[in-house]
Amino acid sequence: MNLRKLFRSEAASGYLLLSPTAIFSIVVMAAPLIAVVLFSFMTAGYLKIIWTPTLANYVTLLDQPIYVTLMMRSLIVAAVATAATVFSALPIAYFISFFVPPERKSLWLFLITIPFWTSYLIRVFLWKVILGYNGVINSAFLGLGIIHEPMTFLLYNANAVVITLAHAYAPFAILPIFVSLEKIDRSLLEAGQDLGESRFMTFIRVTLPLAVPGVVASVLIVFIPTVGDYVTPTLVGGNNGQMVANLIENSYFKLGNYPLGSAISVSAMGIVTVICLIFLFLNRRFLRSRS
Amino acid sequence: MTNSPATAAPNAASKPIIQLRGLQKYYGDYHALRGITTDIREGEFFSLLGPSGCGKTTLLRCIAGFEDWSAGDLSIDGANMENVPANKRPTNMVFQSYAIFPHLSVAENVGFGLRRARLPKEELNKRVSEALDMVGLGGYGKRAAHALSGGQRQRVALARALILKPKVLLLDEPLSALDKKMREQMQSELRRLQRQVGITFILVTHDQEEALIMSDRIAVMFEGTIEQLATPQQLYRRPVSRKVAEFIGIMNFLPATVSRADATGIDVEVVGLGRATIAAEQCPAGAKTGAASVGFRPETMTVLYDNDPVPASGQIVTGTVAEVVYFGDMTYYDIKLDGVEKPISISMRNVVGRPVLERGAHARVSWDNGALVLFC
Repeated sequence: MNLRKLFRSEAASGYLLLSPTAIFSIVVMAAPLIAVVLFSFMTAGYLKIIWTPTLANYVTLLDQPIYVTLMMRSLIVAAVATAATVFSALPIAYFISFFVPPERKSLWLFLITIPFWTSYLIRVFLWKVILGYNGVINSAFLGLGIIHEPMTFLLYNANAVVITLAHAYAPFAILPIFVSLEKIDRSLLEAGQDLGESRFMTFIRVTLPLAVPGVVASVLIVFIPTVGDYVTPTLVGGNNGQMVANLIENSYFKLGNYPLGSAISVSAMGIVTVICLIFLFLNRRFLRSRS
Repeated sequence: MTNSPATAAPNAASKPIIQLRGLQKYYGDYHALRGITTDIREGEFFSLLGPSGCGKTTLLRCIAGFEDWSAGDLSIDGANMENVPANKRPTNMVFQSYAIFPHLSVAENVGFGLRRARLPKEELNKRVSEALDMVGLGGYGKRAAHALSGGQRQRVALARALILKPKVLLLDEPLSALDKKMREQMQSELRRLQRQVGITFILVTHDQEEALIMSDRIAVMFEGTIEQLATPQQLYRRPVSRKVAEFIGIMNFLPATVSRADATGIDVEVVGLGRATIAAEQCPAGAKTGAASVGFRPETMTVLYDNDPVPASGQIVTGTVAEVVYFGDMTYYDIKLDGVEKPISISMRNVVGRPVLERGAHARVSWDNGALVLFC
């Protein structure tokens, strides 16, 4: 009797309707996450895991300079790539929002997504072709007589990783900035000029602050995945371009040390979370709700 | 004769602050302004009135510096404004949407234009709070701009413009987004502000009532030209065309024939009213003999009650009541005059002892020659 009543209640039917997606989310997202956190407190034995909680993995991370170095490099590469991406995305988004006639805007946004038509792997390989020892840039400069031997600082280092990431994530940065620029009431810009400011100062005092929510979104969208990017440093990073994801891969699959790999993953997640929260806090003034 | 001195602008003699000479504006093939030539005087409340698409907003935006014009001259305070950008003009604008910066506080909004004056902080704060006091928003400085009501936004927009002490304040339909009560309050407040600061206000509006209430002079615009530029009283009593007459308030029209038109007067035969002799100035556009039409306002006619004596100056016509709308203080009649197909509107103030006529009743209507306007 009571069971029937329970199933008839609105809350129960709500949870029932929700359950497939809820179960799916728990299984594919929360469960692996919990597993990784648990693993990070274990110890790797020979071909098995020793189930005694310990902080030893985290101590190792702090003890051995390789981990700190690679984490720092990941953060710096991601920060530089994010800065490069967002700074190049801003003028593009501005151009589309302010100078492209309304009926052409969707065409432009569509064109921006063209890089996604090919696989990410192929795009990274294309950068190898462009930046390589016998690549497009070196051949061109040699042919023009600007340089006499190929430049080696282009490929297989952190620079190559930054360039490749900045290109790959450009659309992700352009779209949120474009949206926030589109939302700006154009009469605000006229008001800025009417109140005595030049076009440039109006941009600085009105357009830019109002674009901040989009810029913040772009920064997060680019920074978070690039910190943990694995493919790009593997292919164009060389020895000095390796990042934290390579280290995780190494621990899991080459060394078979799941607990250490998990500890690296968990600390990377923690660090990225803290950085993002600090970033949001610094920009809170611009993110207040508006009518 | 009909225009007493009181109807003229208080600064009627003062010099022009804005001079427009043959101003033209094309948007592609669309001819938005078709040769606007007029002077706007220093210290007057000037309205641009017209239906949407008549060019009034385009003209305001040309003055503000947001639109280039295709031909003609525009000067403000004696200086030609060609190629002078908006930020270098002695004008400030209150936008239709108010354009309050959402990322700034009320005080930062109001002080926005003072950055370039590089005032010391106390001086800046003092000027901002004075400006806020002037528009009745004292103490609101720290509020976030997005937390304001429509009327408050409007006041912030006003304070932000007036703090820069412009020579001309431009108002682009500033009251259209407010509810009726707020609008009426702002109308008198704007008028008071204009007298207080003494600068020229140019108001763009499509609301004829608003223009009549607030303005010293009104330019009625249709299709890119100024149809009539006059004081509110002139505009209401002596519209130059049927178009203006129909746009400002309500006017009845009857077909008429002009038999004589010279400086001493006009003889006209009006269908339904009969023969009348009117003054030359009752045809402001200039009279000529032949077919014409005669207009008169609903309140210039009187529906006589049974025992009412015939007014000394009036003539009487008869008809039947086609429709009655009782409105409390007023009664609106549609009366079919004998020999006229279309009913005319007459509004009567309700007074004690005067009953309201019923539909179908016989009515006697008295009228005055002086109320007629002739359109040739």
